[in-house]
Amino acid sequence: MKLRVKFKKYGPVRFIGHLDVMRFFQKAIRRAEIDIAYTDGYSPHQIMSFAAPLSVGLESNGEYMDIEVNSLISCEDVKDRLNGASVPGIEILSVKILPEGAGNAMASVAAASYTVRFRVGREPRTDIAAILPAFLNKKQILITKETKKGTREIDLRPGIFELRWQDDSFFMLVDASSAGNIKPIQIIEALLSEHGEALQENALLVTREETFTNLGTEQERRLICLDAVGFDALSEGEKRYEP
Amino acid sequence: MSNRLALSDDILMKIEKPARYIGSEVNAVVKDKSKVKIRFAMCFPDVYEIGMSHLGIQILYDMFNSMEDVWCERVYSPWLDLDSIMRRQRIPLFGLESQEPVKNFDFLGITLQYEMCYTNILQVLDLAQIPLLSEQRGEDSPIVIGGGPCSYNPEPIAAFFDMFYIGEGETRYRELLNLYNQCKEQGLGRNEFLRRAARLPGIYVPRFYKVTYKEDGTIESFLPTEEGIPQTILKEIEMDVTHTYYPMKPVVPYIKVTQDRVVLEIQRGCIRGCRFCQAGQLYRPVRERDVDTLKKYALEMLQNTGHEEISLSSLSSSDYSRLPELIDFLMEECGRKHINISLPSLRIDAFSLDVMSKVQDVKKSSLTFAPEAGSQRLRNVINKGLTEEVILHGAALAFEGGWTRVKLYFMLGLPTETEEDIRGIAELSNKIAAAFFEVVPKEKRVNGKVQIVSSTSFFVPKPFTPFQWAAQCTKEQFLEKAYQTKKAITEQLNQKSIKYNWHEADASVLEGILARGDRRLSQVILKAYEKGCYYDAWSEYFDNDKWLETFEECGIDPDFYTTRERSLDEIFPWDFIDCGVTKEFLKREWIKAQREEISENCRLKCQGCGAMRFGGGICLEERGAFHEAES
Repeated sequence: MKLRVKFKKYGPVRFIGHLDVMRFFQKAIRRAEIDIAYTDGYSPHQIMSFAAPLSVGLESNGEYMDIEVNSLISCEDVKDRLNGASVPGIEILSVKILPEGAGNAMASVAAASYTVRFRVGREPRTDIAAILPAFLNKKQILITKETKKGTREIDLRPGIFELRWQDDSFFMLVDASSAGNIKPIQIIEALLSEHGEALQENALLVTREETFTNLGTEQERRLICLDAVGFDALSEGEKRYEP
Repeated sequence: MSNRLALSDDILMKIEKPARYIGSEVNAVVKDKSKVKIRFAMCFPDVYEIGMSHLGIQILYDMFNSMEDVWCERVYSPWLDLDSIMRRQRIPLFGLESQEPVKNFDFLGITLQYEMCYTNILQVLDLAQIPLLSEQRGEDSPIVIGGGPCSYNPEPIAAFFDMFYIGEGETRYRELLNLYNQCKEQGLGRNEFLRRAARLPGIYVPRFYKVTYKEDGTIESFLPTEEGIPQTILKEIEMDVTHTYYPMKPVVPYIKVTQDRVVLEIQRGCIRGCRFCQAGQLYRPVRERDVDTLKKYALEMLQNTGHEEISLSSLSSSDYSRLPELIDFLMEECGRKHINISLPSLRIDAFSLDVMSKVQDVKKSSLTFAPEAGSQRLRNVINKGLTEEVILHGAALAFEGGWTRVKLYFMLGLPTETEEDIRGIAELSNKIAAAFFEVVPKEKRVNGKVQIVSSTSFFVPKPFTPFQWAAQCTKEQFLEKAYQTKKAITEQLNQKSIKYNWHEADASVLEGILARGDRRLSQVILKAYEKGCYYDAWSEYFDNDKWLETFEECGIDPDFYTTRERSLDEIFPWDFIDCGVTKEFLKREWIKAQREEISENCRLKCQGCGAMRFGGGICLEERGAFHEAES
């Protein structure tokens, strides 16, 4: 049975990289004595998959991982045990049971939402509220992206689903699929560079708020939180799940 | 826990592996600083991944934090990227747990595991903004205390430390801390605390000793300068290793460190008495931990850490009398929980091969032998009780069991070594390869190949070993020997199956200088550091030319410490320390070595080394047989 675990990451542990967060959970799951399933073979490993890697330094209120378990008392029990085995800064928010045939966390990711603020003293001179509407009206927002093979031009516009500026913060909902992932900094750099301003070093405070999957189509998106596809409890009369 | 970090986001975003510096790992201990009397910073002067892999620190961390009035935190050498930022921005080095400057702590303890970290001690002090020399420290500086194997010859770094703790940490720290509290309450000041500490067993305070030298540069006298300060210092030793501190909740790092597993120390000491080995003498007598206690520890530590691997630790695991029982237990428990078992330092025989085939993938793993010398003659000199017959038999068994990779470790530059001994390295490697082709029929050969990797290190004589009198080779001699080895290997029939690696010679020479050095070296180390030498243990940062230049500027001849053969009546810089093993015993062993005579191990026959005075461990066991009685 597959479980989808939602967690937040904040404080000092935001400096732990993605691979180390995976290692953290592998050990936390052992400490919590979750009855996780292992792969077969000579060196079995826990069956676990993460939704979208979070860059070092970012906080998040909507991280996800899927794990496969052999047995389960309740979702609440898994959540409590994991929290008991965790550290300050990594907090399990919910655990849901995934229906049969649900795609894994990573493949399911279509979009993510972020709140982005400027660090004190590193705000741009440009008046964001004044320039944003024109920016969003553009058909194309081209940026050059450095890849391993060289540089490549990409268009950000189709991947920006929502972009607002209020109370000195951006709220954005952007493409987070493996093919079209957009980083918040790319958008803000593009926005400021239109007006000849460069972003100062380490100027942004970014929080990923939520990660979404798309139940609609490419053209007509129906985005829901990754854990909305799961359910809270096993069906009636089946209180304990044993293989 | 406080979210305040010592380093700003800007810095943390700029440096490699910021997780080295943020603390807050699982099982890290955070206390209310208003409720403790003593703040202790425990430092391993190398990068986090190395320091976090060290069991000794975890033991002491656990011990100190079990004391209600003490808060012990960890400190490591910042990596070079952060190092330069801290210097530029004058950021003081901090304890990982509280993120507060170490300079405000009561103690800074530094573990001394290898000589090549000596300049990193200065890096740590410097970044901590603590005066580098003990004599320059005032009332508000922490007490800087050294411990660990290199403190058995603390003289080269004596100027940087206020005191050294000689021996095993479990026994005497409480007394030292009580004395500290007492002196503080009475307002007695730093020097008076040090004076009183110098009278505690196991504590060496360099400032209360004076050294005079003869014209030839050797020591004339080494004496305390005040009444009541002991002339010799006996090492501290924990005789009851079962009922003492052991960290049930070791700190679990976020990033991958060198030793990313539960470490179970099954015994302390070694019965073997290899004559080059310092640990084999320093930790005498062998003391075993109770097997049932170890089983309990293993389960509890795995539970508390979530590690996916457990490793047994000791100088020679095969000599632990209850090894089969312990391994059976671990295989049963760990198999069920998908936990790997790692078994270093096992002698290769039918038993260990059977065990290893169960806990590791034979196809992927390699077997390790450490003959240390190429000929039986030289193995007798070094008292390495491993014969060619045993090695070839073990290898043949292993090849039958499916192993195809063998690692061999040798030393070059051992006392009395000849060209023939060196050729022996190549010949032994060749014979092992030949054994493969003999034992494994053609149709069963995976890829048709066997891979022998022979590595040599350069021998460095260490204090408190029978070879402490021996001359060390020069760099040129070392390199010539490595060249001879390489050449001899290429002349072997199976040379295509043998790969040869050797270490760099420069670092071995410096290690030798520092290992048997005296107080006069403190100025060289200080000056080399000031010229930018640190992280010397990392070959890519080791700058031999700078060191040579420094020796010259200080007017100190490095050869005095290395290539000179010492006379039997010379007073050594470390003679004021009594490590339990007597100088008379070491002398006997040195003479026997030159006569190519071996000495039986402790379990077979007592050699009268002197460790019996501790009244425990192997010294009290019945000889001549492996004990099987229940403890």
